[in-house]
Amino acid sequence: MNILEFTLALGLGSLFAGFLGALTGLGGGVVIIPLLVLGFGVDMHYAIGASLVSVIATSSGAAAAYVRDGYSNIRVGMFLEIATTVGALSGAMLATRVPANGLAVVFGFVLMYSAYLSRQRSADSMSRAGTSRLAAALRLDSTYPTVTGLQSYHVQRVPAGFALMYAAGILSGLLGIGSGAVKVLAMDQAMRLPFKVSTTTSNFMIGVTAAASAGIYLHRGYIDPGLAMPVVLGALFGSMKGARVLTAAKARLLRTIFMWVIVVLVLEMLYSGVTGKL
Amino acid sequence: MGTTSAGWTDEQFDAVLARVLRGGVLLSATVVACGGVVFLARHGLQRPEYHVFRGEPGRLRTIRGIISDAMRLGGRGLIQLGLLLLIATPIARVVFSVIGFARQRDWLYVVITLAVLVLLTYSLTNG
Repeated sequence: MNILEFTLALGLGSLFAGFLGALTGLGGGVVIIPLLVLGFGVDMHYAIGASLVSVIATSSGAAAAYVRDGYSNIRVGMFLEIATTVGALSGAMLATRVPANGLAVVFGFVLMYSAYLSRQRSADSMSRAGTSRLAAALRLDSTYPTVTGLQSYHVQRVPAGFALMYAAGILSGLLGIGSGAVKVLAMDQAMRLPFKVSTTTSNFMIGVTAAASAGIYLHRGYIDPGLAMPVVLGALFGSMKGARVLTAAKARLLRTIFMWVIVVLVLEMLYSGVTGKL
Repeated sequence: MGTTSAGWTDEQFDAVLARVLRGGVLLSATVVACGGVVFLARHGLQRPEYHVFRGEPGRLRTIRGIISDAMRLGGRGLIQLGLLLLIATPIARVVFSVIGFARQRDWLYVVITLAVLVLLTYSLTNG
């Protein structure tokens, strides 16, 4: 395989990664890392660099549409970003003292169970619950577009959501994978946001965290232009396509897709936890 | 919701952030694509070698090195320049959020967003 063919194959894979990442709010790492490491035998360092690039491209490409159409809750995103950025810094400091492999296995099972719970939750009925005082003080309650017009929702259990976001930040600092899943589940399960708001707000947030890491990785020489070029272009176009599909899709279907992506993500985490690869 | 007659409405705020994101992403993609054409024209028929990690050379790791390589229309330098624009896009989004919340006189969120910006800058410079 020459570089031309390799670029084309990676570009197609990234298109899929961006599409799925935009639909689920998880970024594209779940597709990009195994594709590069297991599919093409690329070294893990380069794969991490390429995965970060795909996350920024997916996040920014889809967020333009999600923010414009009023899906992403910007206040929720900004408020929770404090927790994730502080968490990411803590995670980076803990990285040398924690057995990341064992953690990946435990975390994998927790994630699988939460995704199962999320699948069980019926349509976004909980959003009719009353206003929480903290959410009101932080002006987190908002509206989002549905087929029947703008639907208002109330944000619940803000402290629990904030704590889970801190945990998501730590995980992204420690494991470099799976933090998008915790973000979606924290907003969905703890804060009771409508599913589309949870995934699009997660999508909006992950770009910022990934940008901070990508700056560092670029400086360390992990980001190779030959790999990054098809990844950026593919993930961007895929994410724009995904954003258009999300608008029309039913929340129920999105939950199902989300759960299956989580299953794949967990299998990857278990694999990497057991073999030490990925 | 948090709007005043003097500042932006939430809808205007959303529209500005969406434009920042779209503009950053399209600019980045254009530069990356130009670099990609040069790169593929020169190296397309070679074999990819990513099995062993060697790390990028200095000129593709620092902002100054990347800019000078891109100025000479090096394919790899142009791609890295596009990546710098991509990395800058979410950060620009946070900067514009500070401006937006200030125009809404939403000082609580000006403080929250500035805190995120400080944390980002810290992790970028101390990583």
